[in-house]
Amino acid sequence: MTEQATRPVEARAIGSHHDRVDGPEKVTGRAAYAVEHGEADGVIDPLHVWLVQSTVAKGRVTRVDSAASLAHPGVVAVLDHTNAPRLDDTDNGELAILQDDRVGFRGQIVALVLAETPEAAREGAALVAVGYDQEPHEAELRVDNATYRPDQVNPAMETDTDEGDVDAALASADVVVDQDYRTAYEHNNPLEPHATLAWWGQEGDREVLSMFDSTQGVHGVVQALAPMLGLQPEQVRVRAPYVGGGFGSKGEAHSHVMAAALAARTTHGRPVKLAVTRQQMFALTGYRTATISHVRLGAAADGTLVAIEHAVQEQTSVVREFAEQTAAPTRMMYAAPNRRTSHRLARLDVAVPSWMRAPGEMPGMFAHEVAMDELAVACGVDPIVLRERNEPDIDPESGKPFHQRRLVECLHRGADRFGWEDRPPEPRTTADGDWWVGTGVASATYPAMRSPGNAARVLALGKGRYAVSIGAVDIGTGARTVLTQIAADALDVSPAAIDLAIADTRLPAASVAGGSSGTSSWGTAIVAAAQRFRADHGPSPDAGVETTASAADNPAEEEFAFHSFGAVFAEARVNRWTGEVRVPRLLGVYSVGRVINPMTAHSQLVGGLVMGLSAALFETSYRDARFGHVVTQDLATYHVASHADVLDVDAEWLEESDQVFTPAGGRGIGEIGIVGTAAAVANAAFHATGTRVRSIPITAGELLD
Amino acid sequence: MDAQLSLTVDGTVHSLTVDTRTTLLDALRERLGVISPKKGCDHGQCGSCTVLLDGRRHLTCLALAVAYDGAEIVTADGLAADGLHPVQQAFLDQDGYQCGYCTPGQVCSAVGMLDELKEGHPSHVTEDLVGEIEPSEVEVRERMSGNLCRCGAYPGILAAVCEAARG
Repeated sequence: MTEQATRPVEARAIGSHHDRVDGPEKVTGRAAYAVEHGEADGVIDPLHVWLVQSTVAKGRVTRVDSAASLAHPGVVAVLDHTNAPRLDDTDNGELAILQDDRVGFRGQIVALVLAETPEAAREGAALVAVGYDQEPHEAELRVDNATYRPDQVNPAMETDTDEGDVDAALASADVVVDQDYRTAYEHNNPLEPHATLAWWGQEGDREVLSMFDSTQGVHGVVQALAPMLGLQPEQVRVRAPYVGGGFGSKGEAHSHVMAAALAARTTHGRPVKLAVTRQQMFALTGYRTATISHVRLGAAADGTLVAIEHAVQEQTSVVREFAEQTAAPTRMMYAAPNRRTSHRLARLDVAVPSWMRAPGEMPGMFAHEVAMDELAVACGVDPIVLRERNEPDIDPESGKPFHQRRLVECLHRGADRFGWEDRPPEPRTTADGDWWVGTGVASATYPAMRSPGNAARVLALGKGRYAVSIGAVDIGTGARTVLTQIAADALDVSPAAIDLAIADTRLPAASVAGGSSGTSSWGTAIVAAAQRFRADHGPSPDAGVETTASAADNPAEEEFAFHSFGAVFAEARVNRWTGEVRVPRLLGVYSVGRVINPMTAHSQLVGGLVMGLSAALFETSYRDARFGHVVTQDLATYHVASHADVLDVDAEWLEESDQVFTPAGGRGIGEIGIVGTAAAVANAAFHATGTRVRSIPITAGELLD
Repeated sequence: MDAQLSLTVDGTVHSLTVDTRTTLLDALRERLGVISPKKGCDHGQCGSCTVLLDGRRHLTCLALAVAYDGAEIVTADGLAADGLHPVQQAFLDQDGYQCGYCTPGQVCSAVGMLDELKEGHPSHVTEDLVGEIEPSEVEVRERMSGNLCRCGAYPGILAAVCEAARG
């Protein structure tokens, strides 16, 4: 395969309105998600798989009695650790299910029931009797047990950083803010529960495992499963034409995907359907750790920072390590000569945490941006002026110049639109009937990333049409539409001349729809393939000629620090008698490079703001440490924002293009909307009431006198 | 135990035998291959499985199929039998969705809800319980709150439903 250095693409389709290419399928429900594929896709007479989960948090399975289950009409088989197919590799403790009798967390998969109908499978699962030799467990995150220092934090960042002399600077600072901030356990809860359809078959002389999976990255599923199953990557095919949201929880294969693969291994080619229930998702499909941030800011009297310290405590699972990079944004956000960050974990006997929208930035910027608001109050400086005063000349973390750091412009634009200049500086000064009214601001940031491992293919179809393919996944972001726009401009044709194929591992490799890197990574591969195609085949190619190429590394990444920035403004109204918080206005202004499709981008940024609002006011997964599981394990008890909670939420962006970062000019938009949003709401609630809340979700009781 | 029943789904009559434990949602999805109603929670908490059942919006996951012999069901797919329904077109115009999973339920809920408004059914936020009810933003938000959207497309959905209400 060819590696191609890309040059900037002239924007014609890029940057302008294009309807979602899959809109009619979605509004009619004709779009088929993972387990909705049927005979038309070769899925005939599937069996249904139901998961049996451990009811203890730690110990050994001593007995699996499946007699009653197998006697139930329709139940075909029960698999447990004694009879499940063996795996070649069990290093991934999350995916290596049913290989031994160990139980590492409550809710772990301990058996699978295969049946002719979902009703029989569910009943069959209830009839499996599992005995345990239970051991004492630890399932509570506390300040005194989060002491383990991981080798690195997600994805591969330093655990700790230390520059200058933070303690000395704090000791001599005019003003010090020294507070603890907490964020709750949160579950991603995409509306489509995780689901996998799997079957084994023969292609020539080799076995092939085929899957429709609800995943953010089809190639990643193959990379995780194939070696464990003793297969070559070509022996696993994963497709994900429609995915009902992910928000990080479908970024990596979780244990149910392996469960489907193992169950299908036993059925002699008959497909199996495994739909995870909403309740099971709370144990099996990832979540965001709770975080405790100890933040110390030292500043001169005018608010100029002299020291920043952010010490994080959070948790991981003994089954598989995941260390959220909560202090990462603190390393690059503001200027200060003395800076220290650290991450310490409690290793608990609990479900495996994973990515949730803006891992690191979301909880970390809640802490940092509420602390900045406290510093503004302590110094008597306007919060926007305080942030301007601490703008760094270069990236404090890498020492490189920023490429397009336009935070201050975002703050000013938002302030103009939000009417910030009329804001009274003192809190608890505005009442409207029974409601205290206030406004707050917070900064947002997210790194721009291009992932390795991408390639694209361009094939001339004749008559000016082109097939463009890459194994990317559209989880609702609009990737199908924006990649069509990018391909059209890269080939200098109309979007209508592009037949785009995605979401299949038989297509050229693509990285995960995560890290706000999808459009940057996949789009740049498409540009590389298109530009190489034109160089090799010219403007009027014969039908049938094709080029597959990947993009060369971007040398500018050595030279510059690439980040997106934003400013979030919130108005909070707090009921003086009940403490209820309403957010009538929420506005984000962003600098994200060129927006490829204004309609889908607006929806994604607004969606991030809504999820941030939801985190600020509602979301918490309550774990009962006595038993080790989340008890708020459905959508009636784990509250996410509903229609009635979301009032005037809007997003806009600065007109710009970052063609130093990508040939199409974008930097990524998937995550920045959730960053800083909860802090803006908390800061607005403080301004309304004079009561500082340092944890999310903000609950009514905390705001009552 | 099995039971026989008849369902009319998007204009097609189906006779089927179901396990009496089967929900209306699973009868549609697993027995009849009707995938427009989605399963988001299976507990009546998210609204993804909403259809129009005998003309009213209904959660099919909280309904046992055997209790609905003879029912007439219209899904979001059926609403588009003769081209997109105005509510569906408004969802496209206002980008009232992202991943699309809650969308068929949102569409059915919106169609049913607009009929309820026309018929004068009051909601929790209706101040005048006897007069005509305006499809105001506060009414639409309140009445659509049984349909969750984790992508956070609520502002677009609100704009779409208001656009459709204006005709």
